[in-house]
Amino acid sequence: MSVSAVHALNVSKQYPGARGVQALSGITADIPAGRFVSILGPSGCGKSTFLRCVAGLENITGGELQVNGSEVHGPPDGIGMVFQRDALLEWRSIRKNILLPVEFAKKRPEDYTGKVNHLLDLVGLSDFGHSYPRELSGGMRQRAAICRALVDDPNLLLMDEPFGALDAFTRDQMNFELQRIWMETRNTVLFVTHGISEAVYLGDVVMVFSPRPGRLMETITIDLPRPRPLSVRETPEFGRYTAHIRGLFEEMGLIKEGA
Amino acid sequence: MKSALNNLGMGAAGTLSLIVVFVVWEILCRVLDVRDIMLPLPSRIFAELWADLPWYLSHSLYTLWTTLAGFVLSVVGGVLIAVGLVGSRLFERFLYPLIIGFNSVPKVALAPLFVVWLGTGAEPKIAIAFLIAVFAIIVDTVHGLRSVPTDVTDLGKVLRGSAWDFFFKVKLPCALPSMVAGMKVAMSLALVGAIVGEFVSSQRGLGYIIMSAQGTFDTVRVFAALFILAVMGLALYGLLAWLEKKATPWRQVHGD
Repeated sequence: MSVSAVHALNVSKQYPGARGVQALSGITADIPAGRFVSILGPSGCGKSTFLRCVAGLENITGGELQVNGSEVHGPPDGIGMVFQRDALLEWRSIRKNILLPVEFAKKRPEDYTGKVNHLLDLVGLSDFGHSYPRELSGGMRQRAAICRALVDDPNLLLMDEPFGALDAFTRDQMNFELQRIWMETRNTVLFVTHGISEAVYLGDVVMVFSPRPGRLMETITIDLPRPRPLSVRETPEFGRYTAHIRGLFEEMGLIKEGA
Repeated sequence: MKSALNNLGMGAAGTLSLIVVFVVWEILCRVLDVRDIMLPLPSRIFAELWADLPWYLSHSLYTLWTTLAGFVLSVVGGVLIAVGLVGSRLFERFLYPLIIGFNSVPKVALAPLFVVWLGTGAEPKIAIAFLIAVFAIIVDTVHGLRSVPTDVTDLGKVLRGSAWDFFFKVKLPCALPSMVAGMKVAMSLALVGAIVGEFVSSQRGLGYIIMSAQGTFDTVRVFAALFILAVMGLALYGLLAWLEKKATPWRQVHGD
């Protein structure tokens, strides 16, 4: 039996205090290595909290949570993380931003020159290695942040609404590019989003969360061949998935139509 | 004409304004026949400066040295205190109220005490310059160190770097713009401190020139010293602005 990339058994999380919010309740999931998993839900459903627990940024208060077979106590080894705001360091060039994880891991940046070139090429930023973040658009900055997350070959990539702050066109473009990058790297990805279409388009699997407390409602396998063109979103198969998920949200009372 | 004026840089435009002020001042003093003891003619001030230039310079250098010494000490001490305050809850809880309380005492009022403690040499001037300037450094450095965005802090945790790496590669550069802002304020405060120290007791420095000239109603000499002080303050500020530009090159570029 192979070890799951992420193994969650009855995970719960309650914030401390008298009126401590129950953020997660009874989350059970097994995510095999190499899978692209979308974590979908409305705001306040605990999807980001779940991701932060996997990243070791927050402690769970119940259940069992393992990454690559070991219990999570603080950030696990070999993860890359992409945040909603790119979290680039303004005083470092794009290239030096991408090399930050290498420096922090006490490895030699010189050994990663080829790797950085390849990543920059992969996301179309070859001409911007020596630019400062301020000189780049929002989409380009987020691409650089993705390169930074990938530079030290993480076996688990955690993305917390990475395209949430981008406009619709850039977002589409980034979805397409992320799929292309992922098909080359094939690491395990946990991708948090509140966009139904984005979740289905990118995911092998979509985990649908319900709010207050955050529960895993349903895990849906998306059986669409890759590479998926953006136009896949207009096909009936794609529509069936999104309609099904929309139905789930209607059951939760999160989407209401008419009076 | 208008476009020509618009194209002047800050420095050139400022110099032009200054010349206008001096010309108007000169004309008004002459027309209204103001006595030198009240407000001397600019031309007389410059003549006085020129006539005794080496003497003025040696006193200026003394004031410059105590100012810079006080400033450097305030930067070193202020940054260390700020790092301690941000780094340790305990340190913050016990020391911050003390610092704030101490800062509400007018440091100028402490100047005579320092003469008692440290004598009449450069030490009390440096100490006062330090005390007046250090608070600005502490406040702005604390603010800067606390301004690291949450995402960046989380990134640091996920990357599992050493505390050392995180401090020097992330926190400190993040705080740098605030720190430089604090230094600009601290520099002018250090100059105030040095002059106050010289007012209280000194045989040297521009503060001494002002006090002794005032005693003999030599207003021309007072103004000559004031003029040097203004130039010195401006030059020190300019030096810091230049250093800021060199230290933060990423702020000079602009995206679309």
